[in-house]
Amino acid sequence: MAKDIPLKIETHDFSFFYGAKQALHNITIGIPERRVTAFIGPSGCGKSTFLRSINRMNDLIDGTRTDGHMVVDGIDVYSKEVDVVTLRRRIGMVFQKSIPFPKSIYENITYGLTLNDSVSKSDLDSIVESCLRKAALWDEVKDRLNNSALGLSGGQQQRLCIARAVAINPDILLMDEPCSALDPISTGKVEELITELKDTYTIVLVTHNMQQAARVSDNTGFFLMGSLIEFDRTRTIFTSPSKKETEDYITGRFG
Amino acid sequence: MMQTSTSSMPLPKRLIGFFAVTIALTAAVAVLGIILGMVGSFVSNGGSGVTWTFLSEFPRNNNTEGGIWPALAGTTLLVLLMTILGVPVGTATAIYLTEFAKQDSWFARSVRFAVNTLAGVPSIVFGLFGVGFFIQFMGNGIDGWLGTSSFGDGSLLWSAATLAVLTLPVVIVAVEEALRAVPRDLREASLALGATRWQTIVKVVVPNAVTGILTGSILAVGRGAGEVAAILFVGVTYSSESIPSAVTEKFMHLGYHLFVLSTQSPDVDLTLPLQYATTLVLLGLTFLLNLTAILIRSRLRKR
Repeated sequence: MAKDIPLKIETHDFSFFYGAKQALHNITIGIPERRVTAFIGPSGCGKSTFLRSINRMNDLIDGTRTDGHMVVDGIDVYSKEVDVVTLRRRIGMVFQKSIPFPKSIYENITYGLTLNDSVSKSDLDSIVESCLRKAALWDEVKDRLNNSALGLSGGQQQRLCIARAVAINPDILLMDEPCSALDPISTGKVEELITELKDTYTIVLVTHNMQQAARVSDNTGFFLMGSLIEFDRTRTIFTSPSKKETEDYITGRFG
Repeated sequence: MMQTSTSSMPLPKRLIGFFAVTIALTAAVAVLGIILGMVGSFVSNGGSGVTWTFLSEFPRNNNTEGGIWPALAGTTLLVLLMTILGVPVGTATAIYLTEFAKQDSWFARSVRFAVNTLAGVPSIVFGLFGVGFFIQFMGNGIDGWLGTSSFGDGSLLWSAATLAVLTLPVVIVAVEEALRAVPRDLREASLALGATRWQTIVKVVVPNAVTGILTGSILAVGRGAGEVAAILFVGVTYSSESIPSAVTEKFMHLGYHLFVLSTQSPDVDLTLPLQYATTLVLLGLTFLLNLTAILIRSRLRKR
């Protein structure tokens, strides 16, 4: 891998436990800045758990515990002095199911912004527009910003969720199978979007769809049974993987 | 005839199935019959008695004539005050239990145990608790502290407080259910945007559960509205010259008024039309509360 790109997220021997069950085993990885990094692997391999460890969403589950280091911008996010709310404001997240709040389109975008800061209406207006433009949704919804977000189609809802995540102006975007519930056309739009957004954001993408990883990502990591088997340039992973497990998986021999 | 697979089943099995369905259906019909019969008898016997004068006049001549206005007003005031006292506490408890408490913690389990136990306590016991705790302990305490003499006796306030405690378990369970129905994904979406737990509760969880909270609360209030045993010793009175103008005054109540009419009157037969009409009003009040809950719920489904 190219060594000249600065690393945004680094882990050293990072392990994760649900109670007594270990879900991640000593993950060591460096995720480069402003690139799309994809994680692939069979269900239950730990790729989503790893993603959710980056912004500490797993904290919400009782009885979880971590070991090793998860470093974002040089700071160990699991150290005592890190405020998890501040951390999450720097890391946007897009989930598998598009889950707009049952509020208007406008309020969905401004939700994260108005939590702690008072932002003027004109600033909000311009942020809403720019975020919806970034999410390639502006032209479709500009005339009905005050309508309920639940009236949008599935693909539009997911792009709205991306716009909502972008609105808090994060450095990192975590995407947990963002297209798994979308039709091919919506998937295409979201993938296009991912490619555009990587100029601004460090994107980490978990996907079940290997073609998607091949299409949009710069680097790909392959997870299996809680371990990171291989991490390399996407082209390398899909053409000449160095590990037998990776090759078996991408050629469809299992998983 | 029947072309289903049941016809190929052995006879004993088919018989069991037939009897099971028959028994279940009979039970359902019986329940419907009881309700219809009850409502029908009260409507036919009391319907003509429910007039505007009946609703708006004070009882006269030792409760053998006149209307039920003070009882109607007293019940309404009681229900309102009970709601104001009980629903916020119940909602707060439910929010704690669903949103903050570790589900298997010692404290959460104790609270749940207390709630379940409270739900099974006979209502007369709540009444005695009201006398001991609210009137004697709190009321006398407040009187001693303020130098007044109005709190250490049964009143609208202590009756409402007693009923609030009585309906607490119903409110807590209903609100918990409403909160749990809010998808976990919505909470996560909010937290992932940098909201604190509290912000998530206020801005996402409660607004999404508000219809459930309202319906649950109204059903709980409906239960409290018809309750008589719990308020027997804590402020209800059989006769009153006026509508209470302060929460420390005693009050009349539809359910208790019915009890008085049917057992404490010098001539019970003479009050029979009044009894039917009062019952009908009480039923109507409960029905109205339930109807409100149903309407709110159906509006939720449409959204």
